[in-house]
Amino acid sequence: MTYRLTVNGIATQVESPGMRRLLDVLREDLGLTGTKEGCGEGECGACSVLVDGAVVDSCLVPVCQVEGARIDTVEGLAAVGDLNLLQAAFLETGGAQCGICTPGMLMAGEAFLASGMEATEEAVREAIAGNLCRCTGYTKIIDAIVLADARRTGTAEAQA
Amino acid sequence: MSTPTLPDTPLLLAPGTIAPGRARPALPLRREGPEKLTGLAKYADDLVFPGAWYGSTVRSTEPHARLLGIDLDPAFDWSKVVVVTAADIPGENVVALIQDDQPVLVPVGGEIQHQAEPVCLLAAPDRDLLRVAKRHATLRTERLPAIFDPLLSTREFAHFELTKGDIEAGLAAADIVVEGEYRVGHQEQLYIENQAMIAVPRPDGGIEVHGSMQCPYYIHAALKRALNLTDAQAVVIQAETGGGFGGKEEYPSIIALHAALLAQRVGKPVRMMYDRHEDISATTKRHPAWVRHRTGVTRDGQLVAQDIEVVMDGGAYVTLTPVVLSRGTIHAGGPYECPNVRIRGRAMATNTPPNGAFRGFGAPQTEFAAETQVNRIAERLDLSPLALRRRWVYREGGVTPTGQVLRESVAGLEVLEAAAQASEYEGVAAHTKKARAQRAEDAHSARGIGIALAWHGAGFTGSGEVHLASVASLELTADGRIRILTASTEMGQGTKTIFPQLVAEALEISPDEVDIAPQDTSIVPDSGPTVASRTAMVVGGLLIKAAQRMRAQVEEAGGGSFADTYRSFAAEHGSLRVDEQFQPYPGVTFDDATYTGDAYPCFGWACAVAEVEVDLDTGEVTVRDVVSADEIGHVIHQIMAEGQVEGGSLQAVGYATIEELKLLDGRYLNDRLATYLIPTAMDAPRITSILLEHPYSGAPHGAKGVGELPMDVVAPAVVAAIHDATGSWICDLPATPERVLAALTGSPAPGPPGISAERPA
Repeated sequence: MTYRLTVNGIATQVESPGMRRLLDVLREDLGLTGTKEGCGEGECGACSVLVDGAVVDSCLVPVCQVEGARIDTVEGLAAVGDLNLLQAAFLETGGAQCGICTPGMLMAGEAFLASGMEATEEAVREAIAGNLCRCTGYTKIIDAIVLADARRTGTAEAQA
Repeated sequence: MSTPTLPDTPLLLAPGTIAPGRARPALPLRREGPEKLTGLAKYADDLVFPGAWYGSTVRSTEPHARLLGIDLDPAFDWSKVVVVTAADIPGENVVALIQDDQPVLVPVGGEIQHQAEPVCLLAAPDRDLLRVAKRHATLRTERLPAIFDPLLSTREFAHFELTKGDIEAGLAAADIVVEGEYRVGHQEQLYIENQAMIAVPRPDGGIEVHGSMQCPYYIHAALKRALNLTDAQAVVIQAETGGGFGGKEEYPSIIALHAALLAQRVGKPVRMMYDRHEDISATTKRHPAWVRHRTGVTRDGQLVAQDIEVVMDGGAYVTLTPVVLSRGTIHAGGPYECPNVRIRGRAMATNTPPNGAFRGFGAPQTEFAAETQVNRIAERLDLSPLALRRRWVYREGGVTPTGQVLRESVAGLEVLEAAAQASEYEGVAAHTKKARAQRAEDAHSARGIGIALAWHGAGFTGSGEVHLASVASLELTADGRIRILTASTEMGQGTKTIFPQLVAEALEISPDEVDIAPQDTSIVPDSGPTVASRTAMVVGGLLIKAAQRMRAQVEEAGGGSFADTYRSFAAEHGSLRVDEQFQPYPGVTFDDATYTGDAYPCFGWACAVAEVEVDLDTGEVTVRDVVSADEIGHVIHQIMAEGQVEGGSLQAVGYATIEELKLLDGRYLNDRLATYLIPTAMDAPRITSILLEHPYSGAPHGAKGVGELPMDVVAPAVVAAIHDATGSWICDLPATPERVLAALTGSPAPGPPGISAERPA
C-alpha cells in the first residue's frame, strides 16, 4: 500500500504493509534513526513522535493509522547544525546523559511547550511521565523543559 | 553545530569544602550532546551494514537439564538459514572472564544450567524467516533437579573472611547484642537501549564487532579465545551506548561471540539485537543477597562488635561474582570504627541466570543491611540515628576490617552533617515523631524521614588496578591537534566531556583543541574496563600525567608555553605520542593471600536523607524528597557529577520500593517493561545533591569517582523513613506495598525476594 505522510514538514510517500509500525517506517524506510526502540510495547516512550502535534509511541501505531497525518521527529526540531530552544536547554542543564531516551523526551517536551500550560514542576513531570529515563533521575530533564519554557515566554533573561 | 556556553557561575558547594577563591573555567558542554539531541548519534541499531543478516538465539526453557540433542524440524526448509551450535566453535567453548565455567553455547551432551541459556544460534537474511525458523528448532533434554536458594546450595563460587580484633570477646563485652536478618532480591539494570551487537567478517579471517558496550577489551579477549583469533584479527568498536550501569560490562561478550560465530558462517555482517523481553530474560542482574548481623553495643552506645554473615546468589556461572562478593564483604560493616569485627561472605551457585555487575557492585546489598541495622540499634538504644552515626563514623586514622588505615580524604562525618543540615533532618524528625504519636486510628497516610550513611572504595578492589596495568595515551598529531587515546567508553556518564577537560586544563589550552579517538581496539590501548567508578579517577589521572609529560617535552624544545608552541612543535617535529601506564598509588599495599591491607586507595563518602509518604491503606510508598551529600575528592564537572548522584539516587529509590523480579522455576516472570517497573518522572522524588571535596593526594586531580556511591546509600534511608512513618521495619527489599502492608497489619508477607518459586507439580 502507499501511504502519504508529512514527515518533518516534507510531503512523503511510503510503500508499506498497512500494519507495519510507524517506528519501522521512520527508522528503516525513511532512515530517520533518531527515533529509538526501547521496549516495543509502549512502556518506555523512547519511540515518541508527534502525530498531528500529539505525543504517541510510534511502536504502537501501524502506518495505516497515520495516513495523511503530520509526523514530527527529533530530526525535524532544528536545522542541520543547529539546536532549537529545548535542545539547547537540555545541553546546558545536563538533561541528556546516555541519550537514548532523549529524542522521545524532547518530543514529549515539545508537545508540552506547545500546549501553553504553565511549566510547574508537577505539570512537567506529568508531561514526561510516559518517557522513561534511567540515567538522570529526571531532575535535569525537568530543569531543561522549565528553562526552555521560561525563555520561550520571555520570563527568563533572554540568552541567545 | 552551535554550542551555547554556560555562564561562569560559582559552584554551589558547602562553604570550606573547596579551595576558597579558586576560579574555575566555565564547564564544557557534553561533547557528544548535540549529536544525541538531534538524533544523529549512531547507536548499534542505527548502524547500517548493507546485506546484513539477522541473528537469533535458541535458549533453554528449563533451569537444569542435560542437553540430549537439538532437533531441526525436517519439514522446514533450512536451506536459507544458518545454524550454529557448540560444535561449530573454532576455539574454546568458553566465555573468557574470571573462570572458564560458562560456555558460549551449551554442547550436546552437556548440562543446561539456567533458564534462557544460549544453546543454538540461527541467522537468516530477513527477520520474518528467522522468526519462523526459530519455531522449528527444539531442544531435546532430560530434566535434572534444580536449586534456587543460595542458602541451600552446596556449590560455592567464592568466599572471604575478614577479621579484626576478637569477635567473641567483643560480643561478650557488649551489654546488648542486636541481631538482624536482611534480604534483597535481583535488580535489572534496565538501560533503555537493549543489548545489541553487529559482527562483520574481515578479509583476514577475523571479525569486527560494533555494539553497545562498556568494555571493548573484555570482548576482544573473549573473541580471541573462542574464535581462535590473533590480536589484530579481533576488532571491537563501541557504538554510541544507551546506558550500561554494569549491565554492559560482561554480558556484551556473549552477544558479540554469538554474532561473530554467525557472521563467520554466513560470510556477511550479522545483527544481533535483543528485544526488551529477551534482554530481561537472559542478561545479568544485581546479585540477590542474605545478610545477618549480630552487633554488640554498650548501654551508652559504644560499638564493640560486628559479626556479619553475607550470602550472595551468583546464579549459574561465576561471571564476576567473586569480585562482587569481595566488595560486598569489605563494605558490609558500613563506615564505622569497630574494634572487633568478623565478616564472612560466600557466594553460591543456583540454577538461575548468572548475576553480574550493577552499579555499586555488591555494596548496595550489604550497606542496606548495615545501615538498617544501625538505625534499628539507634531505636533500641533510644538514641538519634544521626547522633549514633556521629559517634561511630570513621575518622582519619580509622582502621577498617581489612586492616587499612584511613590516612586521608575521610569525610563520613562531613557528609553526614551536610545532608542532615540541608534536609533539616532533626527538625523534620521531631515533627514526624510527634505526628506519629498523635495519629488517628483511621489515618490513611503517614510521613516519615530517614537517614543513612555509606562509603564506597574508589577504583578496583585490592590489587586490581596493579593487575590491570592500564594504559592511556595522548598524541600531538602532525597537524597540530591533541588526541586522547583510551578504551574508556562513554555511556552517558560524561567520559568524552571530562577527558578533554582534564587534558586541556593540564596543557592550559581550550578543550575544543582536544579530540578523542574512537573506542576501537585497533586504535586505542587497553585502559581497563569502564567500571568501578574508576574512569575519572584512574584513567583521568593517567591522562593528566601524560599531558604533563607532553607539556614538559614541548616546552623544553620550544622555550615558550605549550599553548604558544605546540603547533609549531608539531610542524617541525611531526607527531608526538605519550603512553602513560598505571603505577601503584603511593603507599597503597594489599595482600591478596590474606585479604588484608589497603583494599582501596581511598573511599568516597555519602549520606542520604529521604522523606516518604506511606499510604496506610495500600502500603504504597511515595518517596517525596532525597537529599544526598557525596564527597568525591574533586568535582571535575559539576553538572555531570550531579547527574550521577541524581540518577544513582533514583535507581536506589527503585531498588528500595518497586523493582523486584519474581521467579518461577528459575525463570524471570516479569520479563517485560510492562511488568518490571522502574520509576517514572511521577514516581521520582525531588533529588538535591550536595557535592563535597577532599582531594585524594594519590590522584593528580584528587578525584575519587562518583558513579556508584549514590546507589549505596538511598535504599536504607528510604526504609528508615518508612519506619519513621509507620513504626515498622522492612528488612526485605524492595519495600513493595505487599511487604509494607504485611508489616503494618501482620498479614502474611510475600516470600523472600530473589528466590524462585518451584515449578508447579
